[in-house]
Amino acid sequence: MKSLLPGAERPVVQFENVGMRYGLGPEVLSDVSFRIAPRSFQFLTGPSGAGKTTLLRLILLSVRPTRGLVSVFGEEVSGISAKALTGLRRRMGVVFQDFRLLDHLTTYENVALPLRVQGRTEASYRAEVVELLRWVGLGERMHALPPLLSGGEKQRAAIARALIARPDLLLADEPTGNVDPGLGRRLLRLFLELNKLGTSVVIATHDFGIMDAVDARRMVLGEGRLRIEE
Amino acid sequence: MSTQAIPRARPGSTSGAPSPALPAQLRRNAPLVPTDTAAGRSLAAVIAILTFLAGLCAGAAEMVAANAAQWQGDVAQEVTIQIRPSPGRDVEADLARAAGLARSEPGIAETRVFSKAEAERLLEPWLGSGLDLSDLPVPRLIALKLDRNKGADLKRLRAGLLEALPGVASLDDHALWLQRLSTAAGAFVGIGIGLVILVLVATGLAVTFATRGAMASNREVVEVLHFVGADDDYIAKAFQRRFFGLGLRGGAIGAGCAILAFVILGILARAARSGPAGQEVEALFGAFQIGLRGYASVVLIGVIASLVTGVVSRITVRRFLA
Repeated sequence: MKSLLPGAERPVVQFENVGMRYGLGPEVLSDVSFRIAPRSFQFLTGPSGAGKTTLLRLILLSVRPTRGLVSVFGEEVSGISAKALTGLRRRMGVVFQDFRLLDHLTTYENVALPLRVQGRTEASYRAEVVELLRWVGLGERMHALPPLLSGGEKQRAAIARALIARPDLLLADEPTGNVDPGLGRRLLRLFLELNKLGTSVVIATHDFGIMDAVDARRMVLGEGRLRIEE
Repeated sequence: MSTQAIPRARPGSTSGAPSPALPAQLRRNAPLVPTDTAAGRSLAAVIAILTFLAGLCAGAAEMVAANAAQWQGDVAQEVTIQIRPSPGRDVEADLARAAGLARSEPGIAETRVFSKAEAERLLEPWLGSGLDLSDLPVPRLIALKLDRNKGADLKRLRAGLLEALPGVASLDDHALWLQRLSTAAGAFVGIGIGLVILVLVATGLAVTFATRGAMASNREVVEVLHFVGADDDYIAKAFQRRFFGLGLRGGAIGAGCAILAFVILGILARAARSGPAGQEVEALFGAFQIGLRGYASVVLIGVIASLVTGVVSRITVRRFLA
Protein backbone atom coordinates (compact mmCIF):
# COMPACT_ATOMS: atom_id res chain seq x y z
CA MET A 1 0.00 0.00 0.00
CA LYS A 2 2.85 2.35 0.79
CA SER A 3 3.97 4.21 -2.34
CA LEU A 4 7.44 5.53 -3.10
CA LEU A 5 5.87 8.87 -3.96
CA PRO A 6 3.86 10.10 -0.98
CA GLY A 7 1.87 12.53 -3.14
CA ALA A 8 0.74 9.70 -5.39
CA GLU A 9 -1.02 7.86 -2.58
CA ARG A 10 -4.80 7.86 -2.64
CA PRO A 11 -6.03 10.57 -0.26
CA VAL A 12 -8.10 9.53 2.73
CA VAL A 13 -10.44 12.48 2.16
CA GLN A 14 -10.72 14.67 -0.91
CA PHE A 15 -12.99 17.72 -1.36
CA GLU A 16 -13.34 19.44 -4.72
CA ASN A 17 -15.18 22.76 -4.93
CA VAL A 18 -17.56 21.72 -2.20
CA GLY A 19 -20.40 24.09 -1.33
CA MET A 20 -22.82 23.52 1.50
CA ARG A 21 -25.95 25.33 2.59
CA TYR A 22 -28.70 24.30 5.03
CA GLY A 23 -32.09 24.64 3.40
CA LEU A 24 -32.44 27.99 1.67
CA GLY A 25 -29.91 29.72 3.94
CA PRO A 26 -26.59 31.21 2.89
CA GLU A 27 -23.67 28.94 1.96
CA VAL A 28 -21.86 27.79 5.10
CA LEU A 29 -18.98 26.50 3.00
CA SER A 30 -18.01 27.78 -0.46
CA ASP A 31 -15.62 26.24 -2.96
CA VAL A 32 -13.77 24.18 -0.38
CA SER A 33 -11.05 22.00 -1.89
CA PHE A 34 -8.46 19.98 0.06
CA ARG A 35 -6.94 16.54 0.47
CA ILE A 36 -6.09 14.62 3.58
CA ALA A 37 -3.17 12.28 2.93
CA PRO A 38 -2.81 8.90 4.63
CA ARG A 39 -0.91 9.04 7.95
CA SER A 40 -1.13 12.86 7.97
CA PHE A 41 -1.84 15.11 10.97
CA GLN A 42 -3.69 18.41 10.66
CA PHE A 43 -5.63 20.96 12.59
CA LEU A 44 -8.89 22.41 11.39
CA THR A 45 -9.35 25.87 12.84
CA GLY A 46 -11.24 29.10 12.46
CA PRO A 47 -13.56 31.28 14.49
CA SER A 48 -16.78 29.92 15.95
CA GLY A 49 -19.46 29.51 13.30
CA ALA A 50 -16.88 29.32 10.50
CA GLY A 51 -18.16 25.88 9.48
CA LYS A 52 -15.72 23.52 11.24
CA THR A 53 -18.41 21.22 12.52
CA THR A 54 -20.16 21.26 9.12
CA LEU A 55 -16.89 20.27 7.45
CA LEU A 56 -16.45 17.40 9.92
CA ARG A 57 -20.05 16.31 9.34
CA LEU A 58 -19.39 16.29 5.59
CA ILE A 59 -16.36 14.03 6.13
CA LEU A 60 -18.44 11.84 8.47
CA LEU A 61 -21.07 11.62 5.71
CA SER A 62 -23.83 12.70 8.07
CA VAL A 63 -24.71 15.52 5.65
CA ARG A 64 -24.30 15.67 1.88
CA PRO A 65 -22.75 18.63 0.02
CA THR A 66 -25.01 20.99 -1.92
CA ARG A 67 -22.45 21.03 -4.71
CA GLY A 68 -18.97 19.76 -5.42
CA LEU A 69 -17.41 16.34 -4.93
CA VAL A 70 -16.56 14.60 -1.67
CA SER A 71 -14.50 11.41 -1.74
CA VAL A 72 -13.73 9.38 1.36
CA PHE A 73 -11.23 6.51 1.19
CA GLY A 74 -11.27 6.92 -2.58
CA GLU A 75 -15.03 6.54 -2.87
CA GLU A 76 -17.16 9.35 -4.24
CA VAL A 77 -20.00 9.67 -1.74
CA SER A 78 -22.93 11.07 -3.76
CA GLY A 79 -25.40 8.24 -4.24
CA ILE A 80 -23.39 5.87 -2.04
CA SER A 81 -25.30 2.81 -0.83
CA ALA A 82 -26.21 2.47 2.84
CA LYS A 83 -23.97 -0.62 3.09
CA ALA A 84 -20.93 1.16 1.63
CA LEU A 85 -21.62 4.11 3.94
CA THR A 86 -21.49 1.82 6.97
CA GLY A 87 -18.24 0.33 5.64
CA LEU A 88 -16.66 3.79 5.34
CA ARG A 89 -17.82 4.84 8.80
CA ARG A 90 -16.25 1.74 10.32
CA ARG A 91 -12.87 3.02 9.10
CA MET A 92 -13.34 6.34 10.92
CA GLY A 93 -13.16 7.21 14.57
CA VAL A 94 -14.84 10.34 15.84
CA VAL A 95 -14.58 12.27 19.10
CA PHE A 96 -17.49 14.65 19.51
CA GLN A 97 -17.23 17.93 21.32
CA ASP A 98 -20.05 16.81 23.62
CA PHE A 99 -18.65 13.20 23.81
CA ARG A 100 -21.96 11.54 22.89
CA LEU A 101 -21.48 8.61 25.24
CA LEU A 102 -24.60 6.51 25.72
CA ASP A 103 -25.72 7.18 29.28
CA HIS A 104 -27.36 3.80 29.83
CA LEU A 105 -24.20 1.85 28.95
CA THR A 106 -21.14 1.54 31.18
CA THR A 107 -17.80 3.05 30.18
CA TYR A 108 -16.67 -0.43 29.11
CA GLU A 109 -19.78 -0.95 26.96
CA ASN A 110 -19.46 2.51 25.42
CA VAL A 111 -15.85 1.91 24.42
CA ALA A 112 -16.68 -1.56 23.10
CA LEU A 113 -19.57 -0.23 20.98
CA PRO A 114 -17.73 0.04 17.60
CA LEU A 115 -16.62 -3.60 17.91
CA ARG A 116 -20.00 -4.76 19.16
CA VAL A 117 -21.89 -3.24 16.20
CA GLN A 118 -19.55 -5.11 13.87
CA GLY A 119 -21.20 -8.24 15.21
CA ARG A 120 -18.16 -9.47 17.13
CA THR A 121 -18.72 -11.61 20.21
CA GLU A 122 -18.06 -10.02 23.56
CA ALA A 123 -15.40 -12.61 24.40
CA SER A 124 -13.40 -11.71 21.29
CA TYR A 125 -12.87 -8.06 22.27
CA ARG A 126 -13.13 -8.04 26.07
CA ALA A 127 -9.38 -8.09 26.73
CA GLU A 128 -8.75 -5.49 24.03
CA VAL A 129 -11.27 -3.05 25.48
CA VAL A 130 -10.10 -3.54 29.06
CA GLU A 131 -6.49 -3.00 27.96
CA LEU A 132 -7.33 0.24 26.17
CA LEU A 133 -9.42 1.46 29.10
CA ARG A 134 -6.50 0.85 31.47
CA TRP A 135 -4.20 2.57 29.01
CA VAL A 136 -6.32 5.75 28.95
CA GLY A 137 -6.51 5.61 32.74
CA LEU A 138 -10.11 4.42 33.05
CA GLY A 139 -9.30 0.93 34.33
CA GLU A 140 -10.99 1.65 37.64
CA ARG A 141 -13.96 3.39 36.06
CA MET A 142 -15.04 0.82 33.48
CA HIS A 143 -18.24 -0.07 35.36
CA ALA A 144 -19.29 3.53 35.84
CA LEU A 145 -22.11 5.01 33.80
CA PRO A 146 -21.14 8.20 31.90
CA PRO A 147 -23.23 10.58 34.06
CA LEU A 148 -20.96 9.63 36.97
CA LEU A 149 -17.72 10.41 35.06
CA SER A 150 -15.87 13.71 35.26
CA GLY A 151 -15.42 15.84 32.12
CA GLY A 152 -11.88 14.56 31.62
CA GLU A 153 -12.97 10.93 32.11
CA LYS A 154 -15.77 11.33 29.61
CA GLN A 155 -13.30 12.85 27.18
CA ARG A 156 -10.95 9.89 27.54
CA ALA A 157 -13.83 7.40 27.22
CA ALA A 158 -14.93 9.14 24.00
CA ILE A 159 -11.36 9.01 22.68
CA ALA A 160 -11.00 5.35 23.63
CA ARG A 161 -14.26 4.61 21.77
CA ALA A 162 -12.87 6.38 18.70
CA LEU A 163 -9.62 4.40 18.89
CA ILE A 164 -10.82 0.91 19.74
CA ALA A 165 -11.49 -0.19 16.16
CA ARG A 166 -8.08 1.15 14.99
CA PRO A 167 -9.53 3.65 12.51
CA ASP A 168 -7.73 4.85 9.37
CA LEU A 169 -9.04 8.35 10.01
CA LEU A 170 -9.65 10.04 13.35
CA LEU A 171 -11.81 13.15 13.55
CA ALA A 172 -11.89 15.07 16.82
CA ASP A 173 -14.12 18.10 17.38
CA GLU A 174 -12.67 20.42 20.06
CA PRO A 175 -11.20 17.47 21.98
CA THR A 176 -9.47 19.78 24.42
CA GLY A 177 -12.36 22.18 24.81
CA ASN A 178 -13.61 20.78 28.11
CA VAL A 179 -10.38 19.93 29.87
CA ASP A 180 -7.64 21.82 31.67
CA PRO A 181 -4.51 22.71 29.66
CA GLY A 182 -2.43 19.94 31.23
CA LEU A 183 -4.88 17.21 30.23
CA GLY A 184 -5.29 18.92 26.84
CA ARG A 185 -1.57 18.49 26.14
CA ARG A 186 -1.64 14.87 27.25
CA LEU A 187 -4.59 14.17 24.95
CA LEU A 188 -2.68 15.82 22.11
CA ARG A 189 0.26 13.48 22.74
CA LEU A 190 -2.20 10.63 22.52
CA PHE A 191 -3.35 11.76 19.08
CA LEU A 192 0.25 12.16 17.90
CA GLU A 193 1.02 8.65 19.11
CA LEU A 194 -1.94 7.33 17.18
CA ASN A 195 -0.82 9.25 14.09
CA LYS A 196 2.61 7.63 14.31
CA LEU A 197 0.88 4.26 14.17
CA GLY A 198 -0.62 5.18 10.79
CA THR A 199 -3.93 6.91 11.43
CA SER A 200 -4.73 10.19 9.66
CA VAL A 201 -5.81 12.71 12.28
CA VAL A 202 -7.95 15.83 11.91
CA ILE A 203 -8.39 17.94 15.05
CA ALA A 204 -10.87 20.76 14.94
CA THR A 205 -9.90 23.36 17.51
CA HIS A 206 -9.39 27.05 18.11
CA ASP A 207 -6.98 26.46 20.96
CA PHE A 208 -3.76 28.12 19.75
CA GLY A 209 -1.86 26.70 22.72
CA ILE A 210 -2.46 23.20 21.32
CA MET A 211 -1.76 24.19 17.71
CA ASP A 212 1.49 25.93 18.54
CA ALA A 213 2.71 22.83 20.35
CA VAL A 214 2.77 20.78 17.14
CA ASP A 215 4.23 21.58 13.78
CA ALA A 216 1.32 20.41 11.64
CA ARG A 217 -0.68 21.55 8.67
CA ARG A 218 -3.46 23.98 9.54
CA MET A 219 -6.72 24.14 7.62
CA VAL A 220 -8.16 27.56 8.42
CA LEU A 221 -11.85 28.22 7.78
CA GLY A 222 -13.04 31.81 7.55
CA GLU A 223 -16.32 33.09 6.15
CA GLY A 224 -17.03 29.74 4.57
CA ARG A 225 -13.75 29.49 2.68
CA LEU A 226 -10.78 27.29 3.42
CA ARG A 227 -7.13 28.35 3.53
CA ILE A 228 -4.35 25.80 4.00
CA GLU A 229 -1.27 26.76 6.03
CA GLU A 230 1.39 24.13 5.46
CA MET B 1 -2.76 8.26 31.79
CA SER B 2 0.33 7.15 29.99
CA THR B 3 1.17 7.62 26.35
CA GLN B 4 3.96 5.11 26.05
CA ALA B 5 2.41 2.78 23.56
CA ILE B 6 -1.12 2.35 22.35
CA PRO B 7 -2.15 -1.28 22.86
CA ARG B 8 -1.95 -3.20 19.65
CA ALA B 9 -5.53 -4.19 19.27
CA ARG B 10 -5.87 -6.86 16.66
CA PRO B 11 -9.38 -8.22 16.15
CA GLY B 12 -9.67 -11.75 17.38
CA SER B 13 -6.10 -11.87 18.65
CA THR B 14 -7.16 -12.21 22.24
CA SER B 15 -10.20 -14.40 21.84
CA GLY B 16 -10.20 -17.58 23.85
CA ALA B 17 -7.44 -16.40 26.16
CA PRO B 18 -8.77 -13.54 28.25
CA SER B 19 -6.28 -12.08 30.68
CA PRO B 20 -6.74 -13.46 34.19
CA ALA B 21 -6.72 -9.90 35.47
CA LEU B 22 -10.02 -9.12 33.74
CA PRO B 23 -12.69 -7.99 36.13
CA ALA B 24 -15.02 -10.89 36.76
CA GLN B 25 -18.16 -8.84 37.21
CA LEU B 26 -17.80 -6.90 33.97
CA ARG B 27 -21.23 -5.75 32.88
CA ARG B 28 -21.65 -6.79 29.28
CA ASN B 29 -23.99 -6.33 26.37
CA ALA B 30 -26.73 -4.36 28.02
CA PRO B 31 -29.46 -3.61 25.46
CA LEU B 32 -28.40 -0.83 23.10
CA VAL B 33 -31.79 0.82 23.35
CA PRO B 34 -32.61 1.84 26.92
CA THR B 35 -35.25 -0.49 28.32
CA ASP B 36 -37.74 -0.27 31.14
CA THR B 37 -38.60 3.35 30.67
CA ALA B 38 -42.02 4.65 31.71
CA ALA B 39 -43.10 4.61 28.04
CA GLY B 40 -41.97 0.98 27.71
CA ARG B 41 -43.92 -0.06 30.80
CA SER B 42 -47.03 1.72 29.50
CA LEU B 43 -46.70 -0.04 26.15
CA ALA B 44 -46.34 -3.43 27.89
CA ALA B 45 -49.49 -2.60 29.90
CA VAL B 46 -51.42 -1.63 26.73
CA ILE B 47 -50.33 -4.85 25.02
CA ALA B 48 -51.29 -6.85 28.13
CA ILE B 49 -54.77 -5.29 28.21
CA LEU B 50 -55.33 -5.77 24.48
CA THR B 51 -54.11 -9.38 24.63
CA PHE B 52 -56.39 -10.01 27.61
CA LEU B 53 -59.42 -8.69 25.70
CA ALA B 54 -58.47 -10.61 22.56
CA GLY B 55 -57.98 -13.74 24.68
CA LEU B 56 -61.45 -13.34 26.22
CA CYS B 57 -62.99 -12.91 22.75
CA ALA B 58 -61.18 -15.93 21.37
CA GLY B 59 -62.02 -18.07 24.41
CA ALA B 60 -65.70 -17.07 24.29
CA ALA B 61 -65.89 -17.76 20.56
CA GLU B 62 -64.21 -21.13 21.07
CA MET B 63 -66.63 -21.98 23.88
CA VAL B 64 -69.67 -21.11 21.75
CA ALA B 65 -68.29 -23.03 18.79
CA ALA B 66 -67.61 -26.13 20.92
CA ASN B 67 -71.02 -26.07 22.64
CA ALA B 68 -72.84 -25.39 19.36
CA ALA B 69 -71.01 -28.25 17.68
CA GLN B 70 -71.92 -30.61 20.53
CA TRP B 71 -75.53 -29.50 20.53
CA GLN B 72 -75.74 -29.73 16.76
CA GLY B 73 -74.27 -33.20 16.91
CA ASP B 74 -76.85 -34.33 19.45
CA VAL B 75 -79.79 -32.79 17.60
CA ALA B 76 -78.67 -33.99 14.21
CA GLN B 77 -78.58 -37.56 15.51
CA GLU B 78 -82.31 -37.54 16.08
CA VAL B 79 -85.23 -37.25 13.69
CA THR B 80 -88.92 -37.52 14.49
CA ILE B 81 -91.87 -38.96 12.62
CA GLN B 82 -95.15 -37.30 13.46
CA ILE B 83 -98.41 -39.11 12.93
CA ARG B 84 -101.50 -36.94 12.93
CA PRO B 85 -104.74 -38.65 13.92
CA SER B 86 -107.48 -38.15 11.40
CA PRO B 87 -111.10 -39.33 11.47
CA GLY B 88 -111.63 -42.79 10.12
CA ARG B 89 -108.06 -43.94 10.56
CA ASP B 90 -106.52 -46.19 13.12
CA VAL B 91 -103.67 -44.22 14.64
CA GLU B 92 -102.06 -47.27 16.20
CA ALA B 93 -102.01 -49.06 12.82
CA ASP B 94 -100.52 -45.95 11.18
CA LEU B 95 -97.92 -45.77 13.92
CA ALA B 96 -96.97 -49.41 13.51
CA ARG B 97 -96.70 -48.99 9.76
CA ALA B 98 -94.52 -45.91 10.03
CA ALA B 99 -92.32 -47.61 12.65
CA GLY B 100 -91.98 -50.61 10.35
CA LEU B 101 -90.90 -48.38 7.49
CA ALA B 102 -88.35 -46.71 9.75
CA ARG B 103 -86.97 -50.00 11.02
CA SER B 104 -86.48 -51.23 7.49
CA GLU B 105 -84.23 -48.23 6.78
CA PRO B 106 -80.61 -49.35 7.27
CA GLY B 107 -79.25 -46.08 8.75
CA ILE B 108 -81.66 -46.00 11.68
CA ALA B 109 -80.11 -47.33 14.88
CA GLU B 110 -83.09 -47.09 17.19
CA THR B 111 -86.80 -46.54 16.82
CA ARG B 112 -88.92 -45.55 19.77
CA VAL B 113 -92.63 -45.15 19.49
CA PHE B 114 -94.10 -42.76 22.04
CA SER B 115 -97.21 -44.19 23.61
CA LYS B 116 -100.39 -42.16 23.85
CA ALA B 117 -99.71 -41.47 27.53
CA GLU B 118 -96.20 -40.28 26.72
CA ALA B 119 -97.48 -38.02 23.93
CA GLU B 120 -99.99 -36.49 26.29
CA ARG B 121 -97.37 -35.99 28.95
CA LEU B 122 -95.36 -33.94 26.46
CA LEU B 123 -98.24 -31.48 26.40
CA GLU B 124 -98.40 -31.14 30.15
CA PRO B 125 -96.07 -28.15 30.41
CA TRP B 126 -98.43 -26.18 28.18
CA LEU B 127 -101.83 -27.51 29.11
CA GLY B 128 -101.31 -28.52 32.72
CA SER B 129 -101.80 -31.95 34.27
CA GLY B 130 -104.94 -33.83 35.18
CA LEU B 131 -106.80 -33.06 31.96
CA ASP B 132 -108.57 -35.69 29.96
CA LEU B 133 -107.01 -35.42 26.52
CA SER B 134 -108.63 -38.51 25.09
CA ASP B 135 -110.98 -36.46 22.93
CA LEU B 136 -108.25 -34.30 21.52
CA PRO B 137 -106.44 -35.37 18.36
CA VAL B 138 -102.99 -35.46 19.96
CA PRO B 139 -100.32 -36.19 17.34
CA ARG B 140 -98.14 -39.20 18.02
CA LEU B 141 -94.42 -39.32 17.70
CA ILE B 142 -91.80 -41.85 16.74
CA ALA B 143 -88.28 -40.84 17.77
CA LEU B 144 -85.57 -42.24 15.50
CA LYS B 145 -81.92 -42.33 16.46
CA LEU B 146 -79.56 -42.31 13.51
CA ASP B 147 -76.60 -44.62 13.28
CA ARG B 148 -73.46 -42.45 13.50
CA ASN B 149 -71.52 -44.76 11.23
CA LYS B 150 -74.11 -45.41 8.56
CA GLY B 151 -75.69 -42.52 6.73
CA ALA B 152 -79.47 -42.84 6.73
CA ASP B 153 -81.33 -41.96 3.56
CA LEU B 154 -83.90 -39.63 5.06
CA LYS B 155 -85.16 -38.62 1.63
CA ARG B 156 -86.16 -42.18 0.84
CA LEU B 157 -87.79 -42.57 4.25
CA ARG B 158 -89.71 -39.35 3.75
CA ALA B 159 -90.87 -40.47 0.30
CA GLY B 160 -91.84 -43.87 1.71
CA LEU B 161 -93.92 -42.28 4.48
CA LEU B 162 -95.62 -39.97 2.02
CA GLU B 163 -96.51 -42.87 -0.18
CA ALA B 164 -97.72 -45.18 2.58
CA LEU B 165 -99.43 -42.63 4.80
CA PRO B 166 -100.19 -39.56 2.70
CA GLY B 167 -101.28 -36.52 4.73
CA VAL B 168 -100.88 -38.41 7.99
CA ALA B 169 -97.17 -38.94 8.57
CA SER B 170 -94.40 -36.38 8.26
CA LEU B 171 -90.70 -36.54 8.95
CA ASP B 172 -88.98 -33.74 10.87
CA ASP B 173 -85.16 -33.76 10.61
CA HIS B 174 -84.74 -30.45 12.51
CA ALA B 175 -82.86 -29.02 9.53
CA LEU B 176 -84.34 -25.57 10.05
CA TRP B 177 -83.26 -25.45 13.71
CA LEU B 178 -79.86 -26.77 12.90
CA GLN B 179 -79.40 -24.15 10.23
CA ARG B 180 -80.44 -21.36 12.59
CA LEU B 181 -78.20 -22.66 15.34
CA SER B 182 -75.32 -23.01 12.95
CA THR B 183 -75.85 -19.47 11.63
CA ALA B 184 -76.00 -18.02 15.14
CA ALA B 185 -72.89 -19.91 16.28
CA GLY B 186 -71.06 -18.99 13.06
CA ALA B 187 -71.95 -15.32 13.52
CA PHE B 188 -70.72 -15.38 17.11
CA VAL B 189 -67.45 -17.04 16.16
CA GLY B 190 -67.08 -14.59 13.24
CA ILE B 191 -67.57 -11.63 15.58
CA GLY B 192 -65.02 -13.15 17.97
CA ILE B 193 -62.43 -13.56 15.20
CA GLY B 194 -63.18 -10.04 13.96
CA LEU B 195 -62.63 -8.63 17.45
CA VAL B 196 -59.36 -10.54 17.82
CA ILE B 197 -58.15 -9.12 14.49
CA LEU B 198 -59.22 -5.61 15.51
CA VAL B 199 -57.38 -5.92 18.80
CA LEU B 200 -54.23 -7.15 17.02
CA VAL B 201 -54.45 -4.22 14.58
CA ALA B 202 -54.82 -1.88 17.57
CA THR B 203 -51.73 -3.51 19.11
CA GLY B 204 -49.81 -2.92 15.88
CA LEU B 205 -50.87 0.75 15.79
CA ALA B 206 -50.00 1.26 19.46
CA VAL B 207 -46.58 -0.25 18.79
CA THR B 208 -46.08 1.98 15.72
CA PHE B 209 -46.71 5.08 17.82
CA ALA B 210 -44.57 3.81 20.67
CA THR B 211 -41.70 2.94 18.31
CA ARG B 212 -41.83 6.35 16.68
CA GLY B 213 -41.78 7.92 20.14
CA ALA B 214 -38.88 5.72 21.20
CA MET B 215 -36.97 6.57 18.00
CA ALA B 216 -37.52 10.27 18.57
CA SER B 217 -36.44 10.12 22.21
CA ASN B 218 -33.46 7.91 21.33
CA ARG B 219 -32.41 9.99 18.34
CA GLU B 220 -29.00 10.52 19.90
CA VAL B 221 -28.52 6.81 20.52
CA VAL B 222 -29.40 6.11 16.89
CA GLU B 223 -26.98 8.81 15.70
CA VAL B 224 -24.14 7.49 17.83
CA LEU B 225 -24.81 3.94 16.65
CA HIS B 226 -24.59 5.18 13.05
CA PHE B 227 -21.31 6.97 13.73
CA VAL B 228 -19.69 3.98 15.38
CA GLY B 229 -20.49 1.93 12.29
CA ALA B 230 -23.86 0.28 12.94
CA ASP B 231 -25.99 -0.24 9.85
CA ASP B 232 -29.76 0.33 9.71
CA ASP B 233 -30.44 -3.37 10.02
CA TYR B 234 -28.43 -3.60 13.24
CA ILE B 235 -30.26 -0.60 14.72
CA ALA B 236 -33.64 -1.97 13.60
CA LYS B 237 -32.77 -5.28 15.26
CA ALA B 238 -31.83 -3.52 18.51
CA PHE B 239 -35.21 -1.77 18.58
CA GLN B 240 -37.02 -4.90 17.49
CA ARG B 241 -35.41 -6.89 20.30
CA ARG B 242 -36.48 -4.33 22.84
CA PHE B 243 -40.06 -4.12 21.57
CA PHE B 244 -40.33 -7.89 21.14
CA GLY B 245 -39.33 -8.16 24.81
CA LEU B 246 -42.02 -5.66 25.78
CA GLY B 247 -44.54 -7.46 23.56
CA LEU B 248 -43.62 -10.82 25.06
CA ARG B 249 -44.04 -9.45 28.57
CA GLY B 250 -47.36 -7.76 27.73
CA GLY B 251 -48.60 -10.77 25.75
CA ALA B 252 -47.67 -13.21 28.52
CA ILE B 253 -49.36 -11.11 31.20
CA GLY B 254 -52.49 -10.56 29.06
CA ALA B 255 -52.79 -14.20 27.98
CA GLY B 256 -52.05 -15.37 31.53
CA CYS B 257 -54.81 -13.14 32.94
CA ALA B 258 -57.26 -14.33 30.27
CA ILE B 259 -56.51 -18.00 31.08
CA LEU B 260 -56.81 -17.26 34.79
CA ALA B 261 -60.16 -15.55 34.16
CA PHE B 262 -61.47 -18.61 32.29
CA VAL B 263 -60.23 -20.96 35.00
CA ILE B 264 -61.85 -18.89 37.77
CA LEU B 265 -65.13 -18.47 35.83
CA GLY B 266 -65.10 -22.21 35.12
CA ILE B 267 -64.70 -23.00 38.82
CA LEU B 268 -67.47 -20.52 39.75
CA ALA B 269 -69.75 -21.97 37.05
CA ARG B 270 -69.10 -25.49 38.33
CA ALA B 271 -69.89 -24.37 41.88
CA ALA B 272 -73.11 -22.69 40.73
CA ARG B 273 -74.17 -25.71 38.69
CA SER B 274 -75.40 -27.51 41.79
CA GLY B 275 -78.28 -25.00 42.06
CA PRO B 276 -81.32 -25.15 39.78
CA ALA B 277 -80.40 -21.89 38.06
CA GLY B 278 -76.95 -23.28 37.19
CA GLN B 279 -78.49 -26.31 35.58
CA GLU B 280 -80.78 -24.12 33.51
CA VAL B 281 -77.86 -21.97 32.42
CA GLU B 282 -75.81 -25.00 31.50
CA ALA B 283 -78.67 -26.53 29.57
CA LEU B 284 -78.99 -23.30 27.59
CA PHE B 285 -75.40 -22.27 27.10
CA GLY B 286 -73.48 -25.46 27.62
CA ALA B 287 -70.60 -26.06 29.99
CA PHE B 288 -68.39 -23.10 30.90
CA GLN B 289 -65.06 -24.48 29.78
CA ILE B 290 -62.89 -23.59 26.82
CA GLY B 291 -60.94 -26.82 26.53
CA LEU B 292 -57.36 -27.30 25.43
CA ARG B 293 -57.99 -25.71 22.06
CA GLY B 294 -59.38 -22.60 23.76
CA TYR B 295 -56.37 -22.27 26.06
CA ALA B 296 -54.05 -22.88 23.11
CA SER B 297 -55.74 -20.12 21.11
CA VAL B 298 -55.36 -17.68 24.03
CA VAL B 299 -51.65 -18.54 24.28
CA LEU B 300 -51.36 -18.23 20.50
CA ILE B 301 -52.85 -14.73 20.68
CA GLY B 302 -50.20 -13.77 23.26
CA VAL B 303 -47.47 -15.10 20.96
CA ILE B 304 -48.96 -13.36 17.91
CA ALA B 305 -49.21 -10.07 19.84
CA SER B 306 -45.48 -10.34 20.69
CA LEU B 307 -44.57 -11.16 17.09
CA VAL B 308 -46.73 -8.31 15.79
CA THR B 309 -44.94 -6.00 18.22
CA GLY B 310 -41.50 -7.12 17.03
CA VAL B 311 -42.28 -7.02 13.31
CA VAL B 312 -44.16 -3.70 13.43
CA SER B 313 -41.38 -2.03 15.42
CA ARG B 314 -38.79 -3.30 12.95
CA ILE B 315 -40.75 -1.99 9.94
CA THR B 316 -41.34 1.34 11.70
CA VAL B 317 -37.64 1.73 12.51
CA ARG B 318 -36.60 0.87 8.95
CA ARG B 319 -39.04 3.47 7.61
CA PHE B 320 -37.89 6.01 10.17
CA LEU B 321 -34.23 5.50 9.28
CA ALA B 322 -34.92 5.63 5.55
